[in-house]
Amino acid sequence: MRHIISILIENESGALSRVSGLFSARAFNIESLTVAPTEDASLSRMTIVSVGSDEVIEQITKQLNKLIDVVKVVDLSEAAHIERELMLVKVRATGKEREEMKRIADIFRGHIIDVNESSYVIELTGNTTKLDAFLDAIDRALILETVRTGVCGIGRGDRILRA
Amino acid sequence: MQLTGAEIVIRCLQEEKVEHVFGYPGGSVLFLYDELFKQNQIKHILVRHEQSAAHAADAYSRSSNKTGVCLVTSGPGVTNAVTGIATAYMDSIPMVVITGQVSTAYIGQDAFQEADTVGITRPCVKHNFLVKDVKDLAVTIKKAFYLARSGRPGPVLVDIPKDVTAQKCEFEYPKTIAMRSYNPVVKGHSGQIKKALQLLMEAKRPIIYAGGGVILSDSAAKLTKLTKLLGFPITQTLMGLGGYPGTDRQFLGMLGMHGTYEANMAMQHADVLLAVGARFDDRVIGDPNHFAQVARKVIHIDIDPSSISKRVRVDVPIVGNVSEVLDEMLKQLESMTAKPDAKALAEWWQEIETWRGRNCLKYKQTKNVIAPQFVVQKLYEVTGGDAIITTDVGQHQMFGAQFYKFDKPRHWISSGGLGTMGFGLPAAMGSRFANPKATVACITGEGSIQMNIQELSTCKQFRLPIKIINLNNGYLGMVRQWQEMFHGNRYSETYIDALPDFVKLAEAYGHVGMRIDKPADVEPALREAFTKHKNDLVFLDFVIDTKAMVFPMVAAGKGLSEMILAEDL
Repeated sequence: MRHIISILIENESGALSRVSGLFSARAFNIESLTVAPTEDASLSRMTIVSVGSDEVIEQITKQLNKLIDVVKVVDLSEAAHIERELMLVKVRATGKEREEMKRIADIFRGHIIDVNESSYVIELTGNTTKLDAFLDAIDRALILETVRTGVCGIGRGDRILRA
Repeated sequence: MQLTGAEIVIRCLQEEKVEHVFGYPGGSVLFLYDELFKQNQIKHILVRHEQSAAHAADAYSRSSNKTGVCLVTSGPGVTNAVTGIATAYMDSIPMVVITGQVSTAYIGQDAFQEADTVGITRPCVKHNFLVKDVKDLAVTIKKAFYLARSGRPGPVLVDIPKDVTAQKCEFEYPKTIAMRSYNPVVKGHSGQIKKALQLLMEAKRPIIYAGGGVILSDSAAKLTKLTKLLGFPITQTLMGLGGYPGTDRQFLGMLGMHGTYEANMAMQHADVLLAVGARFDDRVIGDPNHFAQVARKVIHIDIDPSSISKRVRVDVPIVGNVSEVLDEMLKQLESMTAKPDAKALAEWWQEIETWRGRNCLKYKQTKNVIAPQFVVQKLYEVTGGDAIITTDVGQHQMFGAQFYKFDKPRHWISSGGLGTMGFGLPAAMGSRFANPKATVACITGEGSIQMNIQELSTCKQFRLPIKIINLNNGYLGMVRQWQEMFHGNRYSETYIDALPDFVKLAEAYGHVGMRIDKPADVEPALREAFTKHKNDLVFLDFVIDTKAMVFPMVAAGKGLSEMILAEDL
C-alpha cells in the first residue's frame, strides 16, 4: 500500500541524511521525498511517499519517531488529506504540435511559463496520477525533459501537524 | 569567566561527575589533552588502540551504570573507534564519545586526518553532533549525556573541530535540558498493565522472557520479586543474564540459538509470554514464522516502541521503562484478588522438569583432554560465582553463558548484538576501573584475544589484575562448528596456524603466563591465579579439545524447538 508520511523535523544540518540513511539502512522504500523549512525556520517539513505492508509502514513511522531530531510523524494517508506535486515539462512545440500542446496544457490546467520558437516549458500541479495522465496524454517523443518535485501533502480540516 | 572550548569540555565532564575517560591523543585533540593534563579530577586511561577505548568505556558503563566516556582524535582515531561504538549501539549501552575534528575552515578540504565523523557514525549512534561554535559546546555535551542515558540508552557522539577547542566563550553548564523533539515514554500505561496481569492470571503455561532491558534499567530485584510472586518459569537472553538469579530453580537458563532445551521448549510451547526488555531477535526465537505456529498471547514491555511487533506480533504492548512498569505491575498485583492457576502451573512445571531432565548441557570430561565447558565450570567454582566475566565472541562466549551462573546483574559483560571479537580484554579493563575491588576475568579464545592483545600493555601500565581465560583449541571454533555442520567439514581458514606462545607473550608484557593442558591441572591453575596471583594479570592458556561443539543448537533460520542436541542425548 502507498502511504504519505509527513514529518516535522528540526532544521539542523544533516537532518535529511538521518532520514534518508534510516530508509536505506532498514531497506525501506522511498518513492519520493520532499523537504523545505516551515513558517518556523527552525523546523523543516518533510513528505515521504513509501510503499509497504501495514507492518512495514508501522516500523517506518516508529523508526522515524525514534530519530532524535524528529518532532512529529503522521501517516497522512490514514485519513482525509490533500496531496500535490509540481511538474515542469519541457516539450517540443513546433508546427501543428505547437497549438495542440497548448490545448492539452489548458485541459490539464497547466501553464506555459517559458516559450521559444521550438519548445514550451509547461508547469503543472496536481496529484501524482494527474501528472502521470498528462505525460500519457502528450506524445512521448515530444518530451525533452521533465522534473517533478515529488509529493507534498496536508491533512484536511482539523488535522493539523505542528510542533 | 571566559573559557576555551577545551576547558569547557573538561568542565562539562567534571560537572557530569566523570571519573574516567578512555582515550588516545592525536593532533586535533591536543588542546583537550592539554587541559586533561592540568587537572586531577578526571583520570585518563591511555589505551593502545581506539577500538579498545570505546570497548572499555562501554564495559565501564555495562558493569556500573555510570556513563562511559571515550575520547579519540579525528580521522583514523574515529574510524578505529567505530567498531566499539557500533558494539555499544547494538546493545543499547549509554556512552559518550568525544572526537576531535579538523578545524572548521578545513572541513571538506580532504585535510590531514579528516573523516566525515558524523556521517560515518550516524548509523551506529543514538545521536551525534558536530559543534561548529564554541557557544554551543556546553549545551551539546549536556544533551549528549542526557540522550545517552535516557529512553532507550545508546552511544552519543560529539565531534569537536580543533579551532572550537581553542575559541573562548562564557561557560555555564545547563542544569536541565528539554528537547521538543525528544520525550521518551517512561511510565507504562496502567490499563495495559492491568490487561497484562489478567492474561498472566489466566495463563496455563506462562513464561517470563527477560532481556538486557532489565539490566539497563537496574530492575533485577523487581523482576525477581515479580517472578517469585507469580511462581512462573523464567528464561533470559544473552544480554539479560544476571537479571534473575542464575542458580534459582525457576530459572530455565538462557534461551535461543544455544539456549537450554527446557528454556527453548518452554518458550515455544507457552500460552502466555511476558517479554521484559527483550526484542525477539533472530538469535533468540529463530524463524519467526515457525515461532508463530503456536498460538500464544504475548505481553511485551519495552522502552522502545519500534521493538514492539517488529518480529513477533504482540497482543499487549507496554511502552515504558522496565523499572517503572515492574513497579506498577507489583503494585497492581498486590491489590488483585485473582491468583495464578496453581493446578495448571503445577502441570506446566512437571512438563518443564521433563525437559530439564534431558540435561542438555551434559558434556564429557575425559582424563587427557580438557573440555572447554569444564574450564568455565571450574572458573565458576573457584570465583564463587562472584566475578565480573567479560567475553569475546564465539564458542567460549556461549560456554561462558551456559556454565557460569550469574546471580547478580552487571556481572556478565558480553557483546550480544554486534558480536564483536576483541571486546573481551578492553571490556575487562573498563569493568575493573568501574569496580576497582571486583574480581574480573575475561573468557576468550586464541582467535578473539589476538584482536586486541595489545591492551596487555595498558593492563600493565594501570596494574589491572585481570585473569584471562583463553580457551585455546587452535580453531576459530564457532565458525569451524558451522563448517562442520553445514559446509561438509571444509574448514576454510578457521585453523589458526603459527599461534604465539601466550605464556611468553604475557611475560613479555610483564604479566604472569600459564599453559594448562591436563584436565587435572585446570582447578589448581585457576586457584593459583586467583589467590597467589590475585594482584597480577594472569594469562591462562588452556589447551582444550579441538573438536568441542556448543550444544544445544538451533540452526540459523530454524524454529526454536528444532534443536540439535549433543550426540548422546
